[in-house]
Amino acid sequence: MYTANFRYSRPKTLAEAEALFHAGVDAKYLAGGQTLIPTMKARLAAPSDLIDLSRLPGLSFMREESNALIIGAGTCHADVAASPVVKKAIPALADLAGGIGDTAVRHRGTLGGSVANNDPAADYPAALIALGATVKTTRRVILAEDFFTGMFATALEPSEIVTEVSFPTPSRAAYVKFRNPASRYAMVGVFVAKRTDGVRVAITGAGHSVFRVPEMEAALAKNFTPAAIAGIAISSDGLNGDLFGSAEYRAHLVTVMAKRAVAAALV
Amino acid sequence: MTALSIIVNGAKVDAEIEDRTLLVHFLREHLRLTGAHVGCDTSQCGACVVHVDGRPMKSCTMFAVQADGSDIVTIEGLAKGGLHPVQAAFQEHHGLQCGFCTPGMVMTAVDLLRRNPDPDETEIRHALEGNICRCTGYLNIIKAIRAVATPGAAPPPG
Ligand SMILES: Cc1cc2nc3c(=O)[nH]c(=O)nc-3n(C[C@H](O)[C@H](O)[C@H](O)COP(=O)(O)OP(=O)(O)OC[C@H]3O[C@@H](n4cnc5c(N)ncnc54)[C@H](O)[C@@H]3O)c2cc1C
Ligand code: FES
Ligand code: FES
Repeated sequence: MYTANFRYSRPKTLAEAEALFHAGVDAKYLAGGQTLIPTMKARLAAPSDLIDLSRLPGLSFMREESNALIIGAGTCHADVAASPVVKKAIPALADLAGGIGDTAVRHRGTLGGSVANNDPAADYPAALIALGATVKTTRRVILAEDFFTGMFATALEPSEIVTEVSFPTPSRAAYVKFRNPASRYAMVGVFVAKRTDGVRVAITGAGHSVFRVPEMEAALAKNFTPAAIAGIAISSDGLNGDLFGSAEYRAHLVTVMAKRAVAAALV
Repeated sequence: MTALSIIVNGAKVDAEIEDRTLLVHFLREHLRLTGAHVGCDTSQCGACVVHVDGRPMKSCTMFAVQADGSDIVTIEGLAKGGLHPVQAAFQEHHGLQCGFCTPGMVMTAVDLLRRNPDPDETEIRHALEGNICRCTGYLNIIKAIRAVATPGAAPPPG
């Protein structure tokens, strides 16, 4: 299967990448290609220029800094999953990365590509929102809350490049997902994080984009146990319904998976 | 067209290719290495898995130009003098029927055993999630991989 024709370039610096982007008619950045290439093969996208970020130096790293874990946008999911630094600072994040797609996808897909794509069923957006992460780009620093703006939509300007994400370390956290058994994307994924300033519950897979559940957060701030949220049901209004599950089913799964996430965070 | 210089199964390859050439097509159609299969073309099945710089990747979900400068090993590059131990185990334990998924299964299994020399059944199943087999029901594939595991061995550091 062939994609439409495009012009390929591999810049050596971020500045060169942005310049190439501006020079193209309908340019796109290419990172791990694990979303973009299938989309191009299905001819749902046909960019004129592909600007390959995957070999840009300095974008693949993980390091701990004062109460935060910083991960470079070019870091692949497999490296996050296997990293001793991540496992020590935020084990829930290593678990999340280790559950994305499959082995081969994890060796090529990147954090930056995942957040820039903001698939409604992607895993990373839940972690960014629950942990109160910030996204650093070639131009600015954006709070996760302001970054994910809707279905496949973000606050990024067309040529702006995500360079790293900073995740504040929580006191407890866990991510659990009910996977679609065929695609392994989240039917519903819940990231729970207990932080010094309260608790956050972020849901992916259920809605058009990642969202929080304030009622659960308030209940868990008082009593961080699965029982505290067992009686909290969310409305199915606006949730995703498809051949794999109705909106009502996904609403039900949110409570089930949130309880499991809290239980996992307590282990 | 873009110039490409890679190492495939130990041999240097230089070529001039269309930018949109997928790595799997380059391997199969330009180099006539037809071991990596195209099973789905939607990035789901894993029949096309090869190792790029020591990492398993779906060669249908990567442009050949992206591999410029890389060291690639395909199923054809595994056997040295005789079958690779994982290939021999698949044969011994009947880990294949039609064989279509086998190149990808073996490449993924070789990578798993390199990172985790003693995987249990759960770990093997997790590692093979991106490799679909329509024939075997997976049990004999898992048996084959267990048979080449090194009991008690710890994963390499890093
Ligand atoms: C079989 C399969 C299963 C999968 N399962 C899951 C799953 O369970 N959970 C999950 O979350 N994901 C899943 N994915 C998606 C995977 O995680 C992708 O790796 C990820 O969504 C995109 O990352 P990428 O590096 O491959 O980006 P690409 O595909 O290269 O790019 C995606 C988009 O982001 C843009 N982009 C990339 N990098 C940057 C950057 N640094 N700055 C700005 N824009 C950028 C590109 O221009 C493009 O529009 C799956 C993919 C496959 C093929
Ligand atoms: S052909 Fe590459 S994943 Fe199926
Ligand atoms: S042996 Fe036939 S697909 Fe696996």
